[in-house]
Amino acid sequence: MATKKEKIKEFLAKFFRNHVLADDEDIFALGFVNSLLAMQLVGFVEKEFGITIEDDDLDFENFRTVNNIEALVGRKEAARVSA
Amino acid sequence: MSVLEATPAAAGVEGICLGLTEEQRKSRAEFRAFAESEVAPYAGQWDRDARVPDELLEELKNRGYLAAPLAQEQGGRGMDAVTYGLLTAELGRACSSTRSLLTVHDMAVVALARWGKPPLKERYLPAMAEGSLLGAVALSEPNIGSAATQVETTARKVGEEYVLDGEKCWITFGQVADVFLLLAQLEGKPTAFWVPADAPGLKRYDNDLVMGTRAARLARLELSDCRIPGDHILGRQGFGFTYVLNYALDLGRYSVAWGSVGIAEACLEASLDYTSQRMQGGALLCEHQLVQRRLTDMIADSRAARLLCYRAGYLRQLGEPAAVQETKIAKYFASRAANRCANSAVQLHGANGTTDNYPVARYLRDAKVMEIIEGSTEIQQIIIPRVRPEEF
Ligand SMILES: Cc1cc2nc3c(=O)[nH]c(=O)nc-3n(C[C@H](O)[C@H](O)[C@H](O)COP(=O)(O)OP(=O)(O)OC[C@H]3O[C@@H](n4cnc5c(N)ncnc54)[C@H](O)[C@@H]3O)c2cc1C
Repeated sequence: MATKKEKIKEFLAKFFRNHVLADDEDIFALGFVNSLLAMQLVGFVEKEFGITIEDDDLDFENFRTVNNIEALVGRKEAARVSA
Repeated sequence: MSVLEATPAAAGVEGICLGLTEEQRKSRAEFRAFAESEVAPYAGQWDRDARVPDELLEELKNRGYLAAPLAQEQGGRGMDAVTYGLLTAELGRACSSTRSLLTVHDMAVVALARWGKPPLKERYLPAMAEGSLLGAVALSEPNIGSAATQVETTARKVGEEYVLDGEKCWITFGQVADVFLLLAQLEGKPTAFWVPADAPGLKRYDNDLVMGTRAARLARLELSDCRIPGDHILGRQGFGFTYVLNYALDLGRYSVAWGSVGIAEACLEASLDYTSQRMQGGALLCEHQLVQRRLTDMIADSRAARLLCYRAGYLRQLGEPAAVQETKIAKYFASRAANRCANSAVQLHGANGTTDNYPVARYLRDAKVMEIIEGSTEIQQIIIPRVRPEEF
């Protein structure tokens, strides 16, 4: 089964043609991020991991790298379990 | 049970489902009956009057056509994306101004539902869901249109309030809206606000008259030291365009795409009728081969536009992230197809087509607007190829 990280990378790969994304690479610095990607990324993590991105999660840091996205998903999942 | 539930593999995973459920068919028949009897016969007059009547707004509310896509648990009707598309297309076919009321109200509602803080939602959502309060979207300004993140309207926090200064224009149904989803710069960062029409410091005026959707009661807003409560912010500072407005615009594009299908099909129908009745050169117009060619292009264009909208609709129902891009593609194609069809419809009607005695001149004016709003054709051309389209 694909790990969270693999799923995130697979999704992002669609946007970063011919570029292998490192886990800690700043996707904003790559210059590809536009509103289409930003929206699809939120839609992707919500659907794929069954979480809801809320107001407070809207922080570029949360979406800056594959690692950060994975951490955000982990935190949301943990919060859901403890809720 | 819906087709989607019954046959998930055939229905959605491939991104294409060519059948409507029994319920969707029934809904479409209901929408068409309403649009044909209560809207289409008067649309020309409303266009000349430059206003849809208040009774129509009331009727749309009573029928539950406002805020229809809002989830049931949030007080909406929870209409599925395809059925919503069918509603939009049927209204769009009858009267683009009427369709545009649903577009902007629903955009404001879904943005509030998604990004509003709980107290703001509790206060506004029930009335917006019911349609007793009307919403509109205030993004554009005299100097800023396509480059929306660069709006010049400013917001600053003063005590417990936000204070807004600036000007907005082209606001569809802004003359009658009770509240505006509005974008302003908060400390230089695009941020979305929820601005009641009666907020102190907000003045509204009728907008310059536009060529299409003329009855949509457009307004210009002046905000001068306009004060709103501190919880009337949607999303966080700096995320107002990318997430909040874009979330609304995604629905807006879907609505405009389907509305364009409505225009294209109305043009086709009017042209099939006209060319099968009018004789020229000893034959009906539709017997001339060059006329047949135009009709064929109209049929193909309106079919293709509808299919792209269905595809976007099914992907939306499945919650696929790619639905955002597919919706853009549908909007891009359908708005251009509507223009081609409307152009042909006027051409096929000859001089009659240029008068108010036939609806096709209105369709042409309305179609033009569809290529400008919710991201113009050029903006879609810039954005769509940025993402490799997913294969389904
Ligand atoms: C009937 C009607 C209803 C409307 N309703 C609303 C509403 O409810 N709320 C609201 O906020 N706004 C509304 N608008 C405004 C609409 O959203 C804007 O008109 C639209 O965003 C385009 O902006 P603009 O008119 O300033 O054109 P501009 O952005 O100045 O563009 C002019 C032309 O240049 C092209 N262009 C712009 N940038 C680029 C680029 N980077 N590359 C290539 N070409 C480019 C555009 O495609 C267009 O053809 C409405 C407009 C109309 C006509």
